[in-house]
Amino acid sequence: MADPAVMTAGPAVHVHHELGFWRTYIFSTDHKMIGRQFLFLGLFMLIVGGALAMLMRWQLAWPETAVPGFGWVPEPYMVEGIIPPNTYNSLFTMHATIMIFFAVMPIMIGCFGNFLIPLMIGARDMAFPVLNMVSFWSGLLGGLVMLAGFFVPGGHAAGGWTAYAPLTAKAIYTGVDWGQNLWNISLIILGVSSMMGSINYITTVVNMRAPGMTWFRLPLVIWSLFITAILLLLALPVLTSALAMLLFDRNLGTHFFLPEGGGEPLLWQHLFWFFGHPEVYVLVLPAMGVTSDVLSTFSRKPIFGYRAMAFSMIAIAFLSWIVWGHHMFISGMNPLLGTAFMLSTMVIAVPSAIKTFNWLGTLWGGSIRFATPMLFALAFVSNFVIGGLSGIFMASTPVDIFIHDTYYIVAHFHYVVAGIIFAMFAAIYYWFPKIFGRKLNETLGKLHFWPTFIFFNGVFFPMHILGVGGMMRRIYNPLQYEFLQPLQPINVFITANAFLLGLVQILFVVNFVWSLIAGKPSERNPWQANTLEWAAPSPPPHGNWGEALPVVHGGPYEYSVPGMAEDYLPQNQSRRPSPTLAKRHGPSGGQVTA
Amino acid sequence: MNQSAVVQAEIEPAESPLTPESWGKLGMWVFLAGDAMSFGALLAGYGALRYGSADWPHPSSVLGVGLTAFMTFLLICSSVTMVLALDGIQRGDMAALRKFLALTILGGVSFLAMQAYEWTHLIHDGLGLSGNPWGASLFGTTFFIITGFHGAHVTGGVVYLSCYLTRSLLGGLKQGHASEIEIAALYWHFVDLVWILVFTFVYLL
Ligand code: HEM
Ligand SMILES: [Cu+2]
Repeated sequence: MADPAVMTAGPAVHVHHELGFWRTYIFSTDHKMIGRQFLFLGLFMLIVGGALAMLMRWQLAWPETAVPGFGWVPEPYMVEGIIPPNTYNSLFTMHATIMIFFAVMPIMIGCFGNFLIPLMIGARDMAFPVLNMVSFWSGLLGGLVMLAGFFVPGGHAAGGWTAYAPLTAKAIYTGVDWGQNLWNISLIILGVSSMMGSINYITTVVNMRAPGMTWFRLPLVIWSLFITAILLLLALPVLTSALAMLLFDRNLGTHFFLPEGGGEPLLWQHLFWFFGHPEVYVLVLPAMGVTSDVLSTFSRKPIFGYRAMAFSMIAIAFLSWIVWGHHMFISGMNPLLGTAFMLSTMVIAVPSAIKTFNWLGTLWGGSIRFATPMLFALAFVSNFVIGGLSGIFMASTPVDIFIHDTYYIVAHFHYVVAGIIFAMFAAIYYWFPKIFGRKLNETLGKLHFWPTFIFFNGVFFPMHILGVGGMMRRIYNPLQYEFLQPLQPINVFITANAFLLGLVQILFVVNFVWSLIAGKPSERNPWQANTLEWAAPSPPPHGNWGEALPVVHGGPYEYSVPGMAEDYLPQNQSRRPSPTLAKRHGPSGGQVTA
Repeated sequence: MNQSAVVQAEIEPAESPLTPESWGKLGMWVFLAGDAMSFGALLAGYGALRYGSADWPHPSSVLGVGLTAFMTFLLICSSVTMVLALDGIQRGDMAALRKFLALTILGGVSFLAMQAYEWTHLIHDGLGLSGNPWGASLFGTTFFIITGFHGAHVTGGVVYLSCYLTRSLLGGLKQGHASEIEIAALYWHFVDLVWILVFTFVYLL
């Protein structure tokens, strides 16, 4: 490492020198460019993951009929356009894997983590820019390995995104050979990439905050990304170890998870969910952070209970390590242990509820501006409430034993994880002007929002009913079961909504591409927000701040402060008491001295 | 209070970094925390498999604990020489740095050599990644995976330290680089600490 004096002074030295095309756009070490790269990777994968979902929905509505336009897909992947059972298994496995690891994580953590952390804490870049670049490129490599799995003989992984052993521990059990191997290898690579990201995020937030940026002046989105980085740091290596063991079982004849050789299938479940539950918060915490920032800005009010928000995220981070067993209630665990997991799970609902109430408290009495980012953030909250409430039912073991592995579960986790897509859109609409220096079109944005919100609920709400009606998740053809046949109209309804949901995303793509090229150039602070990133030019130059680092004078959410001319007070603006304030506080108010 | 004092008061002191001497030090701590979790997962898996097994051989009946005790001692010594190497560069005594860095590397290399000897021996006796003439086959699996993963860390450490030794021999290392050596030392001590856990769980208990 270079000596610290040079590092804190930042790249003032190379603020002005020009980098060539390759160093600027491809092998860039600038956190903003790396953030953009993650955004494009994530959006591309979102389309892939979405397309897989559409194929599943076709099969569930009109089982074993030819998907229009897919006649060209060779056997055994499809038979004259019909999806065979094995392919269906690959579809739900890969849909989930791609959505979680290559769409939501790269966008929420890779893109916004990289773009926002240095800008919002007032730093010039990440602590380790080269490591940051390697993190992106290894993440991309992981993505390519994952996509390669679609083209190997035997097809892609088909054991679910949870890859339960022993199903996945032997090629003959699923008929998938290299697909599952590549799945493992890809996620191991992603684990390394994520580890590099965590090292950067944590070090940067701890060490590089601008003067005056105390911990409790950090925007909540930075709190959320910081805590997420810690969760990822500690959770993903556990998955990496488990993935390696599974790979050994598959290829080197070991028996970690195979009972025939003395192994323990349940060990996989424990290791997987020890990672898996924190992973759920890894997905949702940044969404919560984005939502907090957007709600406060567009309500023109301070966030309600800032410290409670930060502490509830910290509480979630601790509790998320002791609840993993709630994914294993029916694995035959000791009932005493089951009860302990049930209680810890109900406790973790408390901080989540605190956050929800604080969001409502933030809205209460605010002068709300219904701009597109705000609409999406509000939708995130409303979906999260539904997903959170349905989750309480599942936490209770007696109920869970009935609804386990039904579409009730699919409904629940989509309200939460697919609901994150709303926070993602909120973030994209909100920060697009800063990222690309141009505004997205508001009208198109609203036209995108309303159908997205309606069709999303049209897709996922009826799944609760399917689940209570007994429809199992991960089934190929519901019509095989007589008791599910009366429910089939619901499946058709869901699929129609899913296709419409997919279709209206074209509005987003059009808006995105068009605004990127010809959108209205954005001023520094188009939303009149307080946080530091808005003090930099749009888009910020290499080194972010020109000659001097910004100095922070106050918290991130000081909106509508009484006595101020404007209804916002940027963090880097001096709080030197104005005459009106002095009057309000009287002669002894604050540090006002003659 | 004059105007600038007012401004000072509201700015609060510049946020003090946790590791002001170098960002890399905190970075290494963070990395080690993550790496500890991968070892933790392996050791927890080891515990679960061993607990659930009916025919797990007693380690001392299969493994040569005497040799490994010596290997453990060697690794601890190499941690001591690492401390002395760091002390050397901090005092600006580059000769001491080179001497103790070389000794540390030697400790690591001897450890690896003995591990190779131990492995060949055990493999010759029939212990394998999926076979064990003394009982549970997972005994062999976990043994090779865990000690192998640790050995890979030692190998990485030897390469890492050798880079600094070479740099120092080429004259590219100055007293001002002490914090880099400190970071390398953190890694080396971690690998040492992990070995003590591995030794305890896999060989002794
Ligand atoms: C927005 C459109 C989406 C639709 C229409 C959709 C549809 C589906 C369907 C039908 C299944 C169940 C398949 C089955 O059990 O047979 C499923 C599973 C799943 N989806 Fe989605 N999904 C969407 C978005 C997402 C997103 C954004 C995520 C994550 C961030 C996600 C994560 C998952 C997961 C984790 C599973 C479980 C896979 C398994 O059982 O292994 N989905 N999805
Ligand atoms: Cu969970």
